[in-house]
Amino acid sequence: MGEIFMIMLAAVLTENFIFTKFLGICPFLGVSDKPDKALGMGMALTFVMGVSSAATWLAYHFILIEFNLEHLRTIAFILIIASLVQSIEIFMKKYFRTLYESLGIFLPLMTTNCAVLGAAFIAVDNEFTLINAVIYGTFSAVGITLAIIIFAGVRERIDFSDPPAIFRGTPIALVAAGLLAMAFSGFSGIEIN
Amino acid sequence: MAKVQDTSISRLAKDGLFTNNTLFIQVLGACPALATTTSAVNGLGMGLSTASILVFSNLLISLLRNFIPKQIRIAAYIVVIAGFVSILEIFLKAYIPALDKSLGLFIPLITTNCIILARAESFASKNGPLRSVLDGVFAGAGFALALFLLASVREITGSGTFMGLRIFGDEFTLKVMISPAGAFITLGILTAVFKTLTGRFAGKNTEIKETRQEEKKDIKEKEGAEN
Repeated sequence: MGEIFMIMLAAVLTENFIFTKFLGICPFLGVSDKPDKALGMGMALTFVMGVSSAATWLAYHFILIEFNLEHLRTIAFILIIASLVQSIEIFMKKYFRTLYESLGIFLPLMTTNCAVLGAAFIAVDNEFTLINAVIYGTFSAVGITLAIIIFAGVRERIDFSDPPAIFRGTPIALVAAGLLAMAFSGFSGIEIN
Repeated sequence: MAKVQDTSISRLAKDGLFTNNTLFIQVLGACPALATTTSAVNGLGMGLSTASILVFSNLLISLLRNFIPKQIRIAAYIVVIAGFVSILEIFLKAYIPALDKSLGLFIPLITTNCIILARAESFASKNGPLRSVLDGVFAGAGFALALFLLASVREITGSGTFMGLRIFGDEFTLKVMISPAGAFITLGILTAVFKTLTGRFAGKNTEIKETRQEEKKDIKEKEGAEN
């Protein structure tokens, strides 16, 4: 139980994907202009990462290791993620219409999100068990969601401020992200025994 | 975008290296750019790795552009890219293990680098192999140079060394430049500088300028009509 809690804490705060591992920066900069859009993206990401962590873990341990094909993991994982995202989209469209309408537009972006693939690699490299891998994937996505929502709030304020002309747009957003990263680095070093 | 793409070599070079620089102007591929630029060697290694994948995937996708069905093209591109990334991964493990170790996770993650998919979708799928390779070379070189620049700034200011050589005194370190926060801030500042140098201010400013020019135009037209 303690181990699971540590993994959750690390994934959300101390080793936040955005601010310490630099995974998932594209959606972080892309959809963080409105908090509700950020929440939609985060929920879609949490769902996809939870499912894909399980799928890639199972594929790695029961197919790739079994047939000594570990070096093909990059191709295998990206194919699993791409097809998984596509099937989730089709399934949602058919059975969960309202959910699809709110999250649907974010789903195709998941395939090229390095956080999804990155979590799969990290789980395999650290030799997590299946449960730990799923928890790690899900809570990493929760960490990303937290980061995107906080940042969306910051960006709304930036829109009303008047930075020097050359910093308008992306540059000032990046500097603000740097300051947020500094704040998040305050979480490093937390240890619970 | 309905306008016809100008694909002359000088135009490709200018676009890839400056006016459409993948990192500084389009802000694509930010993950590896922030994560691997703690030292100039790592930044250059990551840049060149990405550029080589970009060249090969552009070539193959351009050759296959008439055979890939339109509906499944993205999946097909991803498989092509992942294949080349696997080759690179094995190659680096065998011949440059030190680089493989320091770049770690970000070598296999080149697969999900949006730059490569963006060039495949917007260029290689519409142009011949030679032009696609050139586009790959220049866009890749633009990315590699951007990474090298970012990494150099961070290494010099952060640990006082350049390519491993000491520049400042032995004791000089500025931890924050090596930390994630420094990565974001340096990239922000470099983006601002680069945008100014290429004469492209961010959204708002150009909009303001354009509307002002339009207003002036309107006034002139009105005056002309009155006269």
